[in-house]
Parts: sequence; structure tokens; C-alpha cells
Amino acid sequence: MTITMSREEMLGKRRKLALPELLAPAGNLEKLKFAIRYGADAVYIGGQRYGLRSNADNFSFQEMREGVAFARQHGAKVFVATNIYAHNEDLSGLHDYLSELDRIGIDAIIVADPAIIETAKRAAPNVELHLSTQQSTLNWQAVRFWKNEGVSRVVLAREASMREIEEIKEHVDIEIEVFIHGAMCSSYSGRCVLSNHFTDRDSNRGGCCQSCRWKYDLFVSEEELMTESYSAQLTDEGEDPFTMSSKDMCMIEHIPALIRSGVDSFKIEGRMKSIHYVATVVNAYRQAIDSYMRDPFGYELKQEWLEEIGKAANRPVSTGFFFDEPDHDDHIYTPEDKPQAYDFAGLVMDYDAASGMAVIEQRNHFKPGQEVEFIGPDGTHFKQIVGDIFDTEGKPLDAARHPLQLIRMHVDKPVKKFDMMRKKLN
Amino acid sequence: MLDNQASDALRKPELSIAAGSLEEVKLYIEAGADAVIVGDLTYAERLPGSLPVSGIAEAVKLAHGKQAKIYVAVNKIFDHSLLTGLGDYLQSLQDCGVDAVIFGDPAVLMAVKDRGLSLKLHWTAEMTTTNYMTANYWAGKGASRTILARELNMEEIAEFKRGANHEIQIQVHGMTNIYHSKRKLVKHYLTHRGKELTPEYRQDGKVLYLIEKERPDERYPIIENENGTHIMSSDDICTIECLDELMALGIDAFYIEGLLKPLEYNTTVVRVYREAIDAYASNPDAYEFREEWLDAIHELQDPGRELTFGFLFKEQVY
Repeated sequence: MTITMSREEMLGKRRKLALPELLAPAGNLEKLKFAIRYGADAVYIGGQRYGLRSNADNFSFQEMREGVAFARQHGAKVFVATNIYAHNEDLSGLHDYLSELDRIGIDAIIVADPAIIETAKRAAPNVELHLSTQQSTLNWQAVRFWKNEGVSRVVLAREASMREIEEIKEHVDIEIEVFIHGAMCSSYSGRCVLSNHFTDRDSNRGGCCQSCRWKYDLFVSEEELMTESYSAQLTDEGEDPFTMSSKDMCMIEHIPALIRSGVDSFKIEGRMKSIHYVATVVNAYRQAIDSYMRDPFGYELKQEWLEEIGKAANRPVSTGFFFDEPDHDDHIYTPEDKPQAYDFAGLVMDYDAASGMAVIEQRNHFKPGQEVEFIGPDGTHFKQIVGDIFDTEGKPLDAARHPLQLIRMHVDKPVKKFDMMRKKLN
Repeated sequence: MLDNQASDALRKPELSIAAGSLEEVKLYIEAGADAVIVGDLTYAERLPGSLPVSGIAEAVKLAHGKQAKIYVAVNKIFDHSLLTGLGDYLQSLQDCGVDAVIFGDPAVLMAVKDRGLSLKLHWTAEMTTTNYMTANYWAGKGASRTILARELNMEEIAEFKRGANHEIQIQVHGMTNIYHSKRKLVKHYLTHRGKELTPEYRQDGKVLYLIEKERPDERYPIIENENGTHIMSSDDICTIECLDELMALGIDAFYIEGLLKPLEYNTTVVRVYREAIDAYASNPDAYEFREEWLDAIHELQDPGRELTFGFLFKEQVY
């Protein structure tokens, strides 16, 4: 058993541990419900305007109302990302949009542009203001500035180290939120217009085309600038091309350090990611956090949590800037051909204990004889081979082919509604 | 004289460029710059060179002696290692008598406030300076000028000027920064490839370029230094042909980006824009664009870099 020494322990101080908020992305209403069912304390969503991720399935006001109602029932909060850097044309309609968020009962907006902050103070006085990572806030003086502006929480830049986070918490009494999992910009957030230049799509209003992940050649020019011929091509034929692509962030192995740093909210990136991804990742972090809070000195990282993350993750992972400056190991140069081990296959809709039969809503093709795995928010976790499957009339089927088709099958152990079924891939 | 009276009546936009040495400060002012931007790469991003406080003090004396101004860039995104020295640095800039300080990080505002400094402040947030309401917000915090993002079109700039309650500045010439990371991406890539990052791949040595696989004709300069990695545009903005339109909008200041350009190129560009500004100001109705201005630039332009209007006439989608 290893206990990581925090600075407080080394200084002989004692510190009361506070349960951090686990904040999950919700690309649409269904994802919102799953994130909350699987353990998120809060979710963040996008509306039809003013958010990055203009390609996500964004919420209408009616969907927001439903989402807020569901969240309240489960004691969870809903934040809306209004995190663009607005152009003049975006300013009209801003006041009304924000007022509506207030009426709907949204708990906070995640905002970068002061024009939106100032408008929100007037239009949505009951909505908390959380400063977006798009402001690239990295030092405690800047945090202090924003606190004076009425911001109640700052989402730090991903370039903040653990040490810097602790220093910020020491100097300023304000909620701090950090990303702990998911895709990362390799640039300072907000400081990239590659998409604007390559594709005329405005990266700071949702048009990012992830050009940092494309392939580039790196050249050196012989004479300073005035030459037509390129020499010393650093990207030789057959070698890995240059790219700015960063590995994803994953802090599942560092929950104790994160909790002891005093960070108030642990944020998972991924509004574009699937239900399976969100539920799996939220579930793993929920278990780790709860395990630590129950017994900090007895805490042990479970291999199972790492495996679960691996079943959701599609990119290699690193710890970003938390512990030291990223180096070559933190970027993705070689095409990733790590095949996915599992795929999402279905959702449990019903279970009858007497017969041991479950009703599964198909989310991907599966059939008898396949190995599947069941996972759920309150500990369901087992594997089995799919036996005979039937439609709701009892007619046997050779395969579950149609999305959302309801299938009846026997399960080896009890399951609950909204548990997930994965199938093992070859 | 009629000319002087007319030009006093029509407020000319201020013409500025950044310099990396006292020699450059002198030459740019002689070529016609109204203001020169200098700084120390400890606190500033992407300057052609670093001047210590003593150098800045000399630059101020030199410039003021020629009715020109000195602005000091303090425009980094600051981490904690730089916070402790920031207050003292700003104090010393005030003591030098600099005409303004260019900032982006709110930590600078806090330092100015905490010390009770009276420095003039120019606000920039690079690509994220995109609307006049936000600019007015920072003016409310003490900024007397906003430096606009380069990804705005003519209409947006016009609207910005109409809506802003303080001075606005745009870039009229040169390359733009399109990506900025804290990571040292060139070094990491070369490490991955098993190569050493030798000193000549630094900012003051040879220039590195990126070429994107699907865009073989575009060369994007990539600069790596202690502050991380900066990718610059593959083309140079050149607005000399539509400068009258920009002047008619009443924009307060025009900035020339001289980064990665030879001295002769920059002094020529300053001279050409100076002539155009003076010609328009002395008689806007009779103003005529002169081909020789563009020719002078073309003669010295790197053939691998196109001269474009940047985003002035573009529509972006999102």
C-alpha cells in the first residue's frame, strides 16, 4: 500500500477533505440522463447559440427544461456553455438567450467573453458565472481579477500544474475547476485559428476542425527567408510526420493528489462523445472518488478502473501539465492502431428476477454466442456469453440487427434498468 | 501651411511597428513610424528582439526626441514564475516614461492597480479580441486602446470602430500568429525522431516551416522559444491598396508586423504606408493609390509568401 505524500502532510498540516464535484459532458438529453445516472454531480451542455461545438446535438430550451427537471430529481446541477468569443453580430439576442437560461433554472453558464459575462449579470442574475478555460487563466492574480468581477468559479487553463493549482487555492478563495479527462487542445485554449486559416471555419465560435491533428512536414530554410527551394526536410519519407496532436488527458491514477489539492470540480471533456464513453468514464471516476473519500489512507487504485477507462478511450492518454511539462511522450505521432476491445451493444430496459430475463435495447449488432459484459452505476459488472435471444413477442432471433430493437435474453446475474451491455470485439 | 492645417484637422492613424534593438527603433522612426513597440521576451510574446529596461529607457529618450512614442509589450499569458517580478517591472517601465504598455493577462491590471501606477494600457487578446462590447469592457478597466484580432472583416472592423468608446488598432501588414502553445512541439517531435534540437533551430537562427500535407504551396513559419511554440500565417497581410477605406473608417492606429522580415523590408514598408497615410490625410478626396507603393513591397517580398488582404473580405462560418 502506498500513500502519496501531499505538501500538507509533509508540512505536518492537516486538511479537511472536501468531496469534489464530478462534472460530465452531455451532448444531448439522453447523454445528460446517463451521465447523471452513472454518477455525475453536475453536467455541462450546449444550447443552440453561443457555445463551442456547433456540431454537437445541442439542446433546445425545451430540452434544457427537461434536463434541469431530471437533474433536480437526482440532486445534480446543469451548466450551459456560452463559451464563444463573440463577434459583433453575435451580440444581438444575447440578452434574451441568457434570460431564458435564468428562467429555465440553469445553475451556471461557462463563459469566456466579458461581453457575455456583463450581459449575464443583467439578464440572468440567478445564474452563476463560471469562467471558461478559453480565457487561459493560469495565475492567481488573474483568478483574483475574475473573482472581483463576480465570477464564482474559474476553469483553469489545462497548462496549470498541480503545484500552480495549489498556489491558486492558497491565494484566492474561489471555486476552481480543472479538466481531468478527455481530449486536449495542444494550444492555449482560444489561441488557435488554424481552422479559420485552413477552412474558413471560426475555431472560437465552434468551427474547430482539429487541424492540430493533421499531418505536417517540417522544413528548414537554407537562407533566412528568400528561397524557393526547401532543403533539410526534417520529415523524411516513411518517418512519422510532424503534428501538434496531443494525447488525451487521464487522471484516474491521481485521484488522491487531485482531491488533496482542493480542486472543487473535476471536469470530463466530451460533449461529442457517445453515451457509452460518458457513462463508462463517469462511472470509473465516481468509484475512485467515492473510494478515496470513504477511506483516504486505505485507498488503492483498482486495476478495474483503468480497464474501464481503456474500454471507453480511443486515444492514448497522458497527465498533461499536471506534474511536469509535456514532452514527446505526450503527443501522438504514430497512427494509433490500437483496436477497440469492446463496443457498446445495448441498454438494459427491464429485468425480471424470477425468470432472470432482461429486456435489452439494441445499440449495436449482437448475436447468440458472443461474449458480452454488463456494467452499471451501482456495481453491476460481469461477463457472460449471449444465449438465445427473442423479440418482445417471444419469437427467437438469430441476431439483434436493428437500432433500438427490444431484445429479450437471459442474464447470468441481476441487472438494472440503464445498465449497459458491451460486446467483446475480436 | 494649408497641408499642415488639413492634416491636423483630419486625425491621421498612428503608424507603428515592433523593434528588437535600439538601432531598429531609430531606423523605423526615421522611416516614418509614429510609434515603436519594444519589450523584454521575459514578459512579451513574439518580439523581434529583447530590450532590457535600460534599453527601453534609451528608446524612450530617442523616440520622444523625434516626437515618436514607445509602447512596451507585456502581453504574455503569465504563470506564477513571472508574477513576482511583474509589479517591479511595470514600475520601472513607468519610471522610463513609456507611452503605454500592451497587455492581455488580467494579472497586469492587478499589478498596475496594486501599485497605483498610471501607465497607459493597450489591451490585446490576440485572436480573441473580436467584438466592441468586450473592448469597451476592458476600456472600463483602464485600457485606452484595443488591438483587434486579425480574423475580422471590413464590416466587422467598421462596426467595431462605431461601437468602441476608445482607440482601436488594426494590423495593416505582415504575418499573423495563428497558433500558440505552451508546449515545445518542435523539440518534442525531434526527440521522438531521435534528433537533437540544435541551437540554430531557435528563433534568432534559421527559420522552420510547416507544410500541411494537403496544402503544399503554403509555408507556415513555426517559431519555438522558451515560451513555447508559435505558428505564423503562410501569407502576409497587405492593405496598402485599400488603406484609404480603412482610413475613412477612422481607425486610430495601424500596426505593421515586422517579425521574421529583413530590416530593409520593414523600413520600406514603413515608408510606403507613411506616404499613403500622409497623402490621404492631406487631401482625402484627391487620394489616389500609387502602384509604386505596392511595387516597392513586391520587390522585397519573399516569393514564397503571398500578399493578401487577410480576412478583410472573407466570410467565416461556424
